[in-house]
Amino acid sequence: MHIPDGFLDAKTALATGALSVAGLGFALREVRRELPPRRVPLLGLAAAFLFAAQMVNFPVAGGTSGHLLGGALVAALLGPAAAVVVVATVLIVQCFLFADGGVTALGANIFNLGLVTTLSGYAVYATVSRLLPGLRGRVAALAFAGWCSTVLAATACAGQLAWSGTVAWSAGFPAMAGVHAFIGLGEGIVNALVYVAIARTRPDLLPESGVPADRPARLREFVVLGLLATLGIALFVAPFACPWPDGLDAVAARLGFGHQAVGVLLPAPAGAVGALVAFGLAIGFSRLVVQKPPAGAADSA
Amino acid sequence: MTAIFFPSPAQSGRLLRWPAGAKMAVALGLVFGTALVPAGWVAWFEVVTLVLVAVMVLGKIPPGPVLLRLLALSPFVAGVALAAAWHPGGTLDWKITALRSGLCLATVILLAQTTPFGEMLAVLRRARVPALLVTTIALMQRYLFVLADETERMGRARASRTFTRGRWFAWRTAATVVGQLFVRASERAEHVYDAMCARGWR
Repeated sequence: MHIPDGFLDAKTALATGALSVAGLGFALREVRRELPPRRVPLLGLAAAFLFAAQMVNFPVAGGTSGHLLGGALVAALLGPAAAVVVVATVLIVQCFLFADGGVTALGANIFNLGLVTTLSGYAVYATVSRLLPGLRGRVAALAFAGWCSTVLAATACAGQLAWSGTVAWSAGFPAMAGVHAFIGLGEGIVNALVYVAIARTRPDLLPESGVPADRPARLREFVVLGLLATLGIALFVAPFACPWPDGLDAVAARLGFGHQAVGVLLPAPAGAVGALVAFGLAIGFSRLVVQKPPAGAADSA
Repeated sequence: MTAIFFPSPAQSGRLLRWPAGAKMAVALGLVFGTALVPAGWVAWFEVVTLVLVAVMVLGKIPPGPVLLRLLALSPFVAGVALAAAWHPGGTLDWKITALRSGLCLATVILLAQTTPFGEMLAVLRRARVPALLVTTIALMQRYLFVLADETERMGRARASRTFTRGRWFAWRTAATVVGQLFVRASERAEHVYDAMCARGWR
């Protein structure tokens, strides 16, 4: 999903750049204030980890394979602000050292993969894991968070490409969101499996087992960064709520409801159904990978 | 295969001794110009091409590896260009888009080949980029290859011990490798912190 150079026009590059600088700047400030010095090297190591983890192949049908994206996973492991710094670092190094992802598109890539995936992933993870208790609940939450964050980032990406006039929304959005609805399933499964693997070997590394649930500071960093991400998504996606396939427009016009209604009506149920299916799969999957909740261990998350 | 994706370290050559800040500024100027100038400015694209060729000649950079990496990094460009060519909804000329991407890609590849990463970091530090971000980038670049090697070793060890019993099993083992990698990265971070303190950090 790394956008190369030449695919975004000046206004999109500028807007995404501004949003990313603001988001990354705020995240850095929060991390500097919150993180004990002992954990500072962990940011760099976590970035190297994410890069190396993306080299591990997960075989999909027909000889093709996919890899971890990791935004939601890192957010669940390190918290939202640290995750923003870690993923942004990976993107910066990939851009300048490996020429992967464009320099003018760096802002957009940091926005989609650094801000949107980590924050939406963290939001979903925190909410769902509060509703469902225990390790099983956290695994289900993370699997669902992986799916949501992937689809949302793909939608933002399609919005930016459409805003730049590179790929029309009517072509880009169904393609990106559709494909990533499936990639997101894989991402959710991988997130859950990795989390379970860590829980099995070093449960003390997982934040929930030691630290009491959300402190107010974490809530604050999350609200500010979340507002930024939402603002960006509204900016990139909202203008395209209307231009949907012409046949539907015609039907809608004949049936009497306005031009704008179509854009809202069609994706909303499709998205809701998709999310429900993914949520159900996540719960079922968590039952599959996490056997019985350990009887003695009191998991208060 | 990975050799294509991993850049060769900055080569020796005349360009290596030029100040890193100037090289970065020129590269950024070229990239932003190429990505954002109107499609009609053919002269700009010609000039950029000439500059890049001049850099390769001056820096004695063999064109083969650069072209290979260019090709290896292009699938996304090709894919979107193809999609855009198919759906005439967008207002763009995909040939120009591919040209823009290719030239920007070549610029960044050449920058990475003529400028050591440490010097780029020093420029960032002087440009008042937050120290925490520069430290994180430096640590990532330092341990990137260490962890990449470790991943490869763990994968090989796994492969030599287990027969592949279908896709589900392959996913579980791969995820275990990733989880183990995180554990090792966290442990290494502790050692790195101790070492940094011993050398007077903070």
